[in-house]
Amino acid sequence: MDEELLEPEEPRLSQDQRVELGLGALVCGVVFVLLAMLAFIIKEAWPSFAHNGLHWFGTGGNVDTEIQSIFTSGDLNQTPQFLIHAWPLIWSTILTTGGAVVISFVCSLFVAVFMVEFAPGPLKLLLEPVIRLLASVPSVIYGLIGVLVVVPFIGNDLISRSDKASMTPVIQLSGSSLLAAVLILTIMISPIMIAIFAEGLRSVPRGWLEGSLALGINRWRTFWKIAVLTARPALIAGTVLATARAVGESVMLSMISGTVGFAPNPADGLVFLFEPSRGLAPTILHNTDELSSPPMKHTLFAIAAVLLVSSAALSLFGWATKQPMKRYFNVGGTAA
Amino acid sequence: MSTPTLSGQPDPIQPVPPVDSGPTRLGASDSSASWRWTDRVGLAFAWFLGLLFCAITAAIVIFLLVQGIRFLRPSLIYTNPKVGYTQGETGGFLDPLIGTFIVAGIAIGIAGPVGVGIAVWLSEYGRPAGLARVVESTVEMLAGAPSVVLGLFGLLLFQSSTLGFLSQTDNHVVFGKSFFAAGTILSLVALPLVVSAVREGLQAIPNHVREASYAVGKSKSATIRRVLLPAARPSVITGNMLGIGHVIGDTAIILLLLGDTQTLQGVGHLPGLSTLRGTGSTLTSYIFDNAPTGDLNQPNKAYAAAFVLLLIIVSLNVIVDVFGRRSKELLWT
Repeated sequence: MDEELLEPEEPRLSQDQRVELGLGALVCGVVFVLLAMLAFIIKEAWPSFAHNGLHWFGTGGNVDTEIQSIFTSGDLNQTPQFLIHAWPLIWSTILTTGGAVVISFVCSLFVAVFMVEFAPGPLKLLLEPVIRLLASVPSVIYGLIGVLVVVPFIGNDLISRSDKASMTPVIQLSGSSLLAAVLILTIMISPIMIAIFAEGLRSVPRGWLEGSLALGINRWRTFWKIAVLTARPALIAGTVLATARAVGESVMLSMISGTVGFAPNPADGLVFLFEPSRGLAPTILHNTDELSSPPMKHTLFAIAAVLLVSSAALSLFGWATKQPMKRYFNVGGTAA
Repeated sequence: MSTPTLSGQPDPIQPVPPVDSGPTRLGASDSSASWRWTDRVGLAFAWFLGLLFCAITAAIVIFLLVQGIRFLRPSLIYTNPKVGYTQGETGGFLDPLIGTFIVAGIAIGIAGPVGVGIAVWLSEYGRPAGLARVVESTVEMLAGAPSVVLGLFGLLLFQSSTLGFLSQTDNHVVFGKSFFAAGTILSLVALPLVVSAVREGLQAIPNHVREASYAVGKSKSATIRRVLLPAARPSVITGNMLGIGHVIGDTAIILLLLGDTQTLQGVGHLPGLSTLRGTGSTLTSYIFDNAPTGDLNQPNKAYAAAFVLLLIIVSLNVIVDVFGRRSKELLWT
């Protein structure tokens, strides 16, 4: 009783304050877990980066044999090896992501413009659920269709026998190729872009468009010159978020793009599109059984750190570009 | 615009003017016949791409439907995977189907409440502002994190000896692969979706609703619990359904954290708990293993499972659609 009297001016927390504190603690906890995740992954990845320096990202040697010797060096009580030049994996990720993002940017822009402005009513109503369904099809289903339909088609019908013969000394062309990976990745990331583009295009004030129309400019020009230019933040945000998704895609690519750590060479001409490769994310999936070897574990975590940092940076950038648009165009009655 | 009240201030209870719901077409009389040919080519290209996307979606759905009808037998759904040499001997996918539901249940059981909590905090409290910005960007970072990376982090987490009781241990070596592990990490996949949907729903509720609740003497926490969350229920349901859709469709985390055994392999003796501590598979990992690139290579089984998976995804989509429309119908005027 006396103890209570010693601090009388300390009021008991009201229910409101307790709720606020509880929610605040929950939020801090989640943030803490995620930052701990970042720290742990980088800590596990550090030995691989420390041994290789910037050569980690460079070329040289065969990536697959390097990974193999990293794995075995952990097994036999030898000195652990960390030598890896991951450029073929990085190059594969850049090629598949870049190809898919460029194609799907053009397609998504046209589809979003069409969906928001030019499609007749029933088609407009149809397109939205279609896009949403396309976005929610699991990547393993895309992979299954790719490996059972697209890859055999490319392998049997598109690659000529002479192409196969000419590439045999370097690599086997079976249909698991850059082309298949880019095509299916395009279908996977377009819905993300279309949804964000369309949201941006819809939030352009109607008065601006009507002003342009009143000057006698046709609907197509008006929409491209006014709405599309105004929605630039949405275009950037959508592209960046879709890129982050493409960089992190592992399952579909591991089924379709091939399993060799080979860097497709644009100097090969058109055959280049038919060459197999393996990106960073599929490499992790490909080697998960070998995590028991400590140097291998550090190497895989290094790949994971590269993926996490690049995709997190991309999605933060996309989120930041979306902010000004929200401030200016959200004319609806939302609470601040 | 607003009628002056006694104090001369604009009436605060003035209903928000109806929002321009969806763009109306600009002058429909503007026929494209008068346009320059480049514009007409552009419009034709837009038509072509719009129809192409519908066609691709239809092709995927119809292709899987045909394959599903060809290969799906009712017996596949109620028999367990078995070891065998031909596609006739290897049984069905009852266990993967159960595994899918268990994983989705655990993941959404964690991500639902936590996500709603974060969304409420962000939308209704959000103090100090610096912390709110950190939270927002962290959730955004999580939304962009590749699921393989989350899976690797999960292995790191659940192979630590303190969390060993959640999975199989053998001579103090923690296996780290179980339904607990997979479900917990998958909740990170669903979390950003739940947060953004609920937050949007809460922000769409105009301030006069909150003020009315305070005016009848409700405290802030009671307002949130009794007024705001019920009003935002369609968004809560939408967010959870979107989260479940992503959880069910995820493959990388399952491959890394569920042990990839075809049947449910319990650990320990307590029924229920032993399954959760044990390993198993889901429809996605079943498809992955049965694809020609996987270990089992039985495309017919993979097609049948893919069809079932697509059916689940489509029905979740329909639910999202229904509740999405319902939340739009709540016009706060």
